[in-house]
Amino acid sequence: MTAQWEVVIGLETHAQLSTAAKIFSGASTAFGAAPNTQASAVDIALPGVLPVLNRGAVERAIRFGLAVGATISPRSVFARKNYFYPDLPKGYQISQYEIPVVQGGAIPIMSPARGEIAVRLTRAHLEEDAGKSLHEDYHGMTGIDLNRAGTPLLEIVSEPDIRSSDEAVAYAKALHALVQWIGICDGNMQEGSFRCDANVSVRRAGEPLGTRCEIKNLNSFRFMQQAIDYEVRRQIELIEDGGTVVQETRLYDPDRHETRPMRSKEDAQDYRYFPDPDLPPLVISPAWIDAVKASLPELPAAMKVRFETQYGLAAYDATTLTATRGLAAYYEDAVKALDGEPKLVANWVQGEVSAALNKAELDIAQAPVSAAGLAGLLKRIGDGTISGKIAKDVFDAMWAGEGDADAIITNKGLQQISDEGAIATLVDGVLAANPGTVAEFKAGKEKAFNSLVGQVMKATKGAANPAQVNAILKRKLGG
Amino acid sequence: MITATIAELSAALHAKRLSSVELTQGVLDRIARINPALNAFVTVDAPGALAAAKAADAALAAGTAGPLAGIPVAHKDVLMTAGLKTTCGSRMLANFTAPYDAHVVAGLKRAGTVLVGKTNMDEFAMGSSNETSYFGPVKNPWHVDYVPGGSSGGSAVAVAARLVPGTTGTDTGGSIRQPAALSGICGMKPTYGVCSRYGLVAFASSLDQAGPFARTAEDLALLLNAMAGHDARDSTSLDRPAEDYTRLLRPGAGARPLTGLRIGLPKEYAGDGIDADVSRAIDAAVAELRSLGATTVDVSLPNVNLSVPVYYVIAPAEASSNLSRFDGVRYGHRAAKYDDLLDMYKKSRAEGFGAEVRRRILIGTYVLSHGYYDAYYLKAQQVRHLIADDFHRAYQKCDVIMGPTAPTAAFRIGAKTGDPVQMYLNDIFTIAANLTGAPALSIPCGFDRNGLPIGLQIQGDYFAEAEILSVAHRFQQATDWHGRAPKEIA
Repeated sequence: MTAQWEVVIGLETHAQLSTAAKIFSGASTAFGAAPNTQASAVDIALPGVLPVLNRGAVERAIRFGLAVGATISPRSVFARKNYFYPDLPKGYQISQYEIPVVQGGAIPIMSPARGEIAVRLTRAHLEEDAGKSLHEDYHGMTGIDLNRAGTPLLEIVSEPDIRSSDEAVAYAKALHALVQWIGICDGNMQEGSFRCDANVSVRRAGEPLGTRCEIKNLNSFRFMQQAIDYEVRRQIELIEDGGTVVQETRLYDPDRHETRPMRSKEDAQDYRYFPDPDLPPLVISPAWIDAVKASLPELPAAMKVRFETQYGLAAYDATTLTATRGLAAYYEDAVKALDGEPKLVANWVQGEVSAALNKAELDIAQAPVSAAGLAGLLKRIGDGTISGKIAKDVFDAMWAGEGDADAIITNKGLQQISDEGAIATLVDGVLAANPGTVAEFKAGKEKAFNSLVGQVMKATKGAANPAQVNAILKRKLGG
Repeated sequence: MITATIAELSAALHAKRLSSVELTQGVLDRIARINPALNAFVTVDAPGALAAAKAADAALAAGTAGPLAGIPVAHKDVLMTAGLKTTCGSRMLANFTAPYDAHVVAGLKRAGTVLVGKTNMDEFAMGSSNETSYFGPVKNPWHVDYVPGGSSGGSAVAVAARLVPGTTGTDTGGSIRQPAALSGICGMKPTYGVCSRYGLVAFASSLDQAGPFARTAEDLALLLNAMAGHDARDSTSLDRPAEDYTRLLRPGAGARPLTGLRIGLPKEYAGDGIDADVSRAIDAAVAELRSLGATTVDVSLPNVNLSVPVYYVIAPAEASSNLSRFDGVRYGHRAAKYDDLLDMYKKSRAEGFGAEVRRRILIGTYVLSHGYYDAYYLKAQQVRHLIADDFHRAYQKCDVIMGPTAPTAAFRIGAKTGDPVQMYLNDIFTIAANLTGAPALSIPCGFDRNGLPIGLQIQGDYFAEAEILSVAHRFQQATDWHGRAPKEIA
């Protein structure tokens, strides 16, 4: 069914900027305070108060624009978006409309179906958040909490370049990683610091764009995938049954795994945008842009390419290891501490380390085994002290806080037995004790050999050098 | 003595010939006696005023007081005053107590002035006659059947009736200069951004500017010194070095102190619609200035006739958005009974706002609507630039521009309330300065056949406050129009 259908998606993302103060008032942006304790005179829109732009929010917008290769508008304009709602104290939201601070740019993503692609950005603009209306617990009344009112947001709008829910999630994850990477947003989706809306339409291949629906309330990557998949199915079935898609805003219900209408285009309000006369145009000098550029860290896309060339990593590995700034730093620190073996380190970071982090639900910054600690462990594989298999046990012990690699190896007597004579003696013992198996091998049963290797390893509790065991066994059996 | 000018009172206070408490008590008594007939005050704060007067007397005794210490003043009720009601002349805010001081209010407090009360005004500063106030019209002290002008009618009348020597007002389209003219006193709108708008309840943000009322240009300068200054809380406040607006008022300079001054007389400021008595008074004032050494030059402001239509797009547009915060949710009037949220908004705002405010909200909402924005708001902003260009060109040929402040002297209460367009045309000469942002003032220059005062408007280029004050001051040194007091309240 879907083979003849093309899905077209654009995402709008609200990233809460990590400033300590709100965008137009000095009030704190900290999450979780008692209702209305972080709402200043400006936030509650007392008569006579005026907005003053927080330059920290602008600086973060510039960081973002530079990170995605966008144009930073030398002059952008704040506008008023007028509508009445109890949690919008001024009766208008200050946003950027005709001239946003960031124009263009792109986010590179790895598409499961199309490989490496770039999702173009239309724009990113600064705006203030509204407060919260609390309808529960008030018995027919509505509670208004204005703590969030005036929190700085960067609304990032993509072009309709996305062709599947997989790509949408890849884009959202890449964006989510990037805003944290450059330090402009804490990325906390539970607290609403990073929120996505999806514009979804379908068309038969080669046809003009179909009518889109905007889906709101996608507050996790999983919900985003489910909501888009549902919406695509709904639209295709509707059209195939002879219906037409109506342009509307739909809300995703994660309990029922479906989207449902919120408001139609006919209900759309006339926001009567006009330039906010309280705020002069935002002028950004080339010097300011240069200063921000100088403070930017190496970006994930550049770092990925460097990892491929400098460390000889495959594109997939380089992408995974640059997923977050913390993970990339951990990897590089480990490589530096080990002074080599970048592929071995890559395997361990993506394997044991990531698995342990996932299991413990920890962030890389909280990993009980440091990059230096990991390097200390890997060094003992390289110099033959322990095997890769034993190393995994040592890693688990390190994770459990039992000490560094060398201490654990010594305390548990895990040094690999590489002494030729000692292993030969052990092999002789195993051969003598298992004449039946030896006979099977000689009769052509290859599996019997593995069994004999296993016996030797078992006798040393895995400490014997497996390569040596193999070689000696072969020599003794084969003659 | 209590009806003297600020400069005179300041000299008396510093010479200890008078205490601020005596002066303030006298002022309070005079307000109690005269205000009921004029309705200039919405709020009088006698205890607060006397406490401030005591503090001023202490500062005067200690020798630490500035020129405004102990001087009673009143503020237009659109400026926030901590602990006092700030009503904006509206039912919407009839019971609203301001939790903070506006920047200009704080500046005048720091200078030691004594705040005696808040003055009546057109509702949310929308009006030219002070007839739209929820608290009733203000009466012209020259003839109580006539309007005092608006929207700062209460502030103008408080000075004209010698209730206080100085007041503050706000001027969005002439709301200081026009009532100054119609009430026979001086009023000034500084360059946009000279006085912070923080604490000024916004009518039209790109046009609103606070300024002083007084009886002399010198007093205006003294008040402006305390009101001006950069304020980081207002992003449109100008960050310029502080200046002394009295600096050009020094006496002397001989018999022709205005030698070298070029007065521009726009041909568009003469002609139909201007009352003959007004024209005669302006001509006489210009002749007087010529005799003081000034020369006159004809200039043209070809687009200035578009000021009123441009203003009545931009000001209501901004107002429609600025007044959205009065929704009955957090403060202000909320209807007693409503069915749901929308009904609460509708009833609260319909009850809270008067007819003129509702009219302007509707006009503003209309001109900003989808499909109309380009034709109205955007076009109006473009014409606004053309008007500013006209003035820029004119100032290549002259130093100041003069003409009538208003086309007629005061009109009878009720005469224009049924015809908004006639009412709006009252601001035909004052609006341009708001559209361009340049400074302008009005001083008395004569009377019409009914004995009602006429105002001369002196406009200057950006930041020419001290210059136009100086021209006004020279005129007042040579004439005594500003010294005439209305008989009815003497």
